[in-house]
Amino acid sequence: MDLLLDAVVTGVLLGCFYGAVSLGLSVSFGLLDVPHVAHPAFLVLASYGVFIINEQYGIDPLIAGLLITPLFFVFGLIAYRLYYETFEKRGSDAGVRGIAFFFGVAFIIEVLIIIQFGVDQRAVTADYIGKSWRIADTRIPYRMLVAFAVAAALTIVLTLYLSRTFMGRAIRAVAQDQEALRLMGANPIRVKQWAFGIATAVLGIAGALLIIVAPVDPTLDRAYIGRTFCVVVMAGLGSMSGTLVAAIILGVAETIVTTMVGASWAPAISFAMLLGVLAVRPQGLFGRRS
Amino acid sequence: MKRSGAAFWIGAAAFLAVAFVMTKVIGNQYPFFAGYVILQFIALAVAWSILGGYAGYVNFGTSAFYGVGVYASVFLVKAFGAPLPVQILTAAAIGALMGFALGLLTLRMQGIFFSIATIALTIIIETVVTNWRYVGGAAGIQIQRPPVTAPFDNYVQLLFFIQAVLVVLAVAISRYIQNSWIGRGLQALKDDELAAECSGVPTLRLKLLACVISGALLCAVGAPGAMYLQYADPSSAFNLNYSVSTLAMSLIGGTAHWIGPVIGAIVLSTTQQLLTVTISSEVNVLVLGVMLVLFVVGAPEGIIGLARRIFHRSNEGRE
Amino acid sequence: MTMAPEAPAPLLRIVSLTKRFGGFTAVDNVSVDIRPGERFGLIGPNGSGKTTLINCISGAFRTEPGTVLFRDEDITSLQPHMRTRRGIARSFQIPRPFRSMTVAENLMVALDFAAHEHVSVAQRRDTMMGILTQMGLASKANAAATQLSQVELRKMELARAMATHPKLLISDEAMAGLSSSEVDEVLDLLMSLASHDITIIMIEHIMQAVMRFSDRVMCLDAGKIIAMGTPSEVMANQRVQEAYLGT
Ligand SMILES: Nc1ncnc2c1ncn2[C@@H]1O[C@H](COP(=O)(O)OP(=O)(O)OP(=O)(O)O)[C@@H](O)[C@H]1O
Ligand SMILES: [Mg+2]
Repeated sequence: MDLLLDAVVTGVLLGCFYGAVSLGLSVSFGLLDVPHVAHPAFLVLASYGVFIINEQYGIDPLIAGLLITPLFFVFGLIAYRLYYETFEKRGSDAGVRGIAFFFGVAFIIEVLIIIQFGVDQRAVTADYIGKSWRIADTRIPYRMLVAFAVAAALTIVLTLYLSRTFMGRAIRAVAQDQEALRLMGANPIRVKQWAFGIATAVLGIAGALLIIVAPVDPTLDRAYIGRTFCVVVMAGLGSMSGTLVAAIILGVAETIVTTMVGASWAPAISFAMLLGVLAVRPQGLFGRRS
Repeated sequence: MKRSGAAFWIGAAAFLAVAFVMTKVIGNQYPFFAGYVILQFIALAVAWSILGGYAGYVNFGTSAFYGVGVYASVFLVKAFGAPLPVQILTAAAIGALMGFALGLLTLRMQGIFFSIATIALTIIIETVVTNWRYVGGAAGIQIQRPPVTAPFDNYVQLLFFIQAVLVVLAVAISRYIQNSWIGRGLQALKDDELAAECSGVPTLRLKLLACVISGALLCAVGAPGAMYLQYADPSSAFNLNYSVSTLAMSLIGGTAHWIGPVIGAIVLSTTQQLLTVTISSEVNVLVLGVMLVLFVVGAPEGIIGLARRIFHRSNEGRE
Repeated sequence: MTMAPEAPAPLLRIVSLTKRFGGFTAVDNVSVDIRPGERFGLIGPNGSGKTTLINCISGAFRTEPGTVLFRDEDITSLQPHMRTRRGIARSFQIPRPFRSMTVAENLMVALDFAAHEHVSVAQRRDTMMGILTQMGLASKANAAATQLSQVELRKMELARAMATHPKLLISDEAMAGLSSSEVDEVLDLLMSLASHDITIIMIEHIMQAVMRFSDRVMCLDAGKIIAMGTPSEVMANQRVQEAYLGT
């Protein structure tokens, strides 16, 4: 029983971390319908960015993550522009070619990282990595607590941004009705590009969390395709708080399976849940009203 | 129509004859090692296109079918010492069933959700195999090749020839589908499912059929892979690279005609084989990524699309 | 004028059909019988549920409560292609050609899959050319579907529907956006298709066309039938006039 409680606590923390790495996708895929399978590759790329800054200048990984967000924001702007010009503008089967396109991009990022850093795992150093907090028999690593806190903060900030600011509301509107937005005098493409920029910028911090939580290797992105898409689809496309809840469900499920059955089954959990959700609701759990 | 049919079969026979003669006159083993991989990708790309190209359902589960093919062989060899033809036929049967199940489970999903679901299926099956001790688990398993049978002197040559036969089989089936009512129905539902239904096309049944045929072929192509490497492990057999390579080859060649995936597979896998030898295997994944992006962006109809456009232009020039 | 001879069984019988999208009721408890050989006009302001009703008849939507009978057979739970094979064909309000095909190939899909008996390829080609000629599209047989003009697209949709060898043809605003001479052209076509064996339901906003074409007219508003009768009766109806002026 203790084991189970342990697993739930660990799972909730892990889930919050999954939430943080999925938030960007929740915007890019959930709200903008971009089949962004390169999202996890960008995430790993961010981790390597954090790794460089941390190693070269000894800067705390979270601050390093913050430092690279502007860069990732610009990446996002460029990536969406490219995607828009080549797929959305041309119209037909954007989804199909888009997903192939992003897979290509993911592979390119993977290989470039391998060429630069090799296939070995990389880790960062900070005070809170490696130590843990004991309550009764349970040990909670500080790095998971950091992940938990940052994830919660990120979710709150993004939720507020999307509901309180003009641009945030425009982003939500563009997901629902482009025409209405155009009538309001806003340019939907600009709004989407901005939103994609935000979605990618968030990856700066998410990438820092990824490498704080565990060492990172160039092909780690593949494990996160399932996790991030599982979370976003379960959450109901485009809902930030839903993302956090779905991520916690996934985190708990993975931890319980890992402790009860074995770690070798963990990779299938997210995909099995994803498949289950899609089988019941082919258009995603809470398919947006069209 | 009749004449092009005869030409096709003569070409296929000539192709097999050349493959056979090669095993007789080339002493060096390397060309067969490399050739096997190229042939395997041609067959995979052609098989993939039946669902991914004609029907437009982008299946990222090639690795799942390929891996199941490999492990079907592993299991049959370990349990019964089954010969190669039995391995391939069993793999095909399993692949057909898998295709059917995949179809039932996922064909109601649209576009990207279908693609994501096929990735999910791949990882789930890989995880199951990883946890299956009997076939070696995560560590993998060594496979003993049986002695080679006449007329071949060497097992790799035998595998090379068998893969050539699978290529001919895959192409013949794909070509038949393209030219028959099945192909017309798939093309219609790819263009517009509702309009196809309202023209009498039983879209669900046709998609299931495409899934079954494509799945059977993909699995069959994977089956000799165990004997080829004399070794199998889940993370290589189910590697996502198979899915993306196959998809890339079909898109690069063009999916509107059966020849497209053949051309794409030859171009891409030959390049990759050359690069693997001369530079490194990382670079060939890079090439895969770059070519995929370039073609998807610059030539959405692939090489055959480019060729058609050039052909049309020169025709118009003449008039 | 009002007298369509007392026909035997209806060709199509719709019984208390309702279609909801979430909480919104697009078609509300509609019941109607369509007689064999009839030219039936379906009108109603924008968003009144005409296309939705057609989608329920052709099987694109599942109806929640409600029954659709075609030639005395309950087809409520049949998939669209089964309905097509039984003889229900339709055109789409926004044309949906098979874009990667030529005009001839578009028709061949319908001939290949909806054909009632097995006929040779050569015979099917003859049938196809016959239909294209009747529709005035013979010269476009080998043109790509994407190269057609608006009026040609509309005609091709009707031709493709005809290629399924229908008993009931439903035309959803085949004349929208056409010039007045083109409207006459398409209207003449529909008149020529209507016969004892082919019953036509025509959805249209252009009133002269509806008046000229229809034996009987039904008007929907907010998913409900508000009037039914001869064209002149329906036009004179108070509620119909309000519905049209009100929007
Ligand atoms: N797939 C759908 N999901 C949700 N609502 C829908 C859907 N299809 C139609 N509607 C709604 O149902 C109502 C009826 O639409 P319908 O297309 O049947 O009207 P119509 O009479 O054909 O109008 P028009 O003359 O403009 O073609 C509309 O309010 C429309 O917004
Ligand atoms: Mg309508």
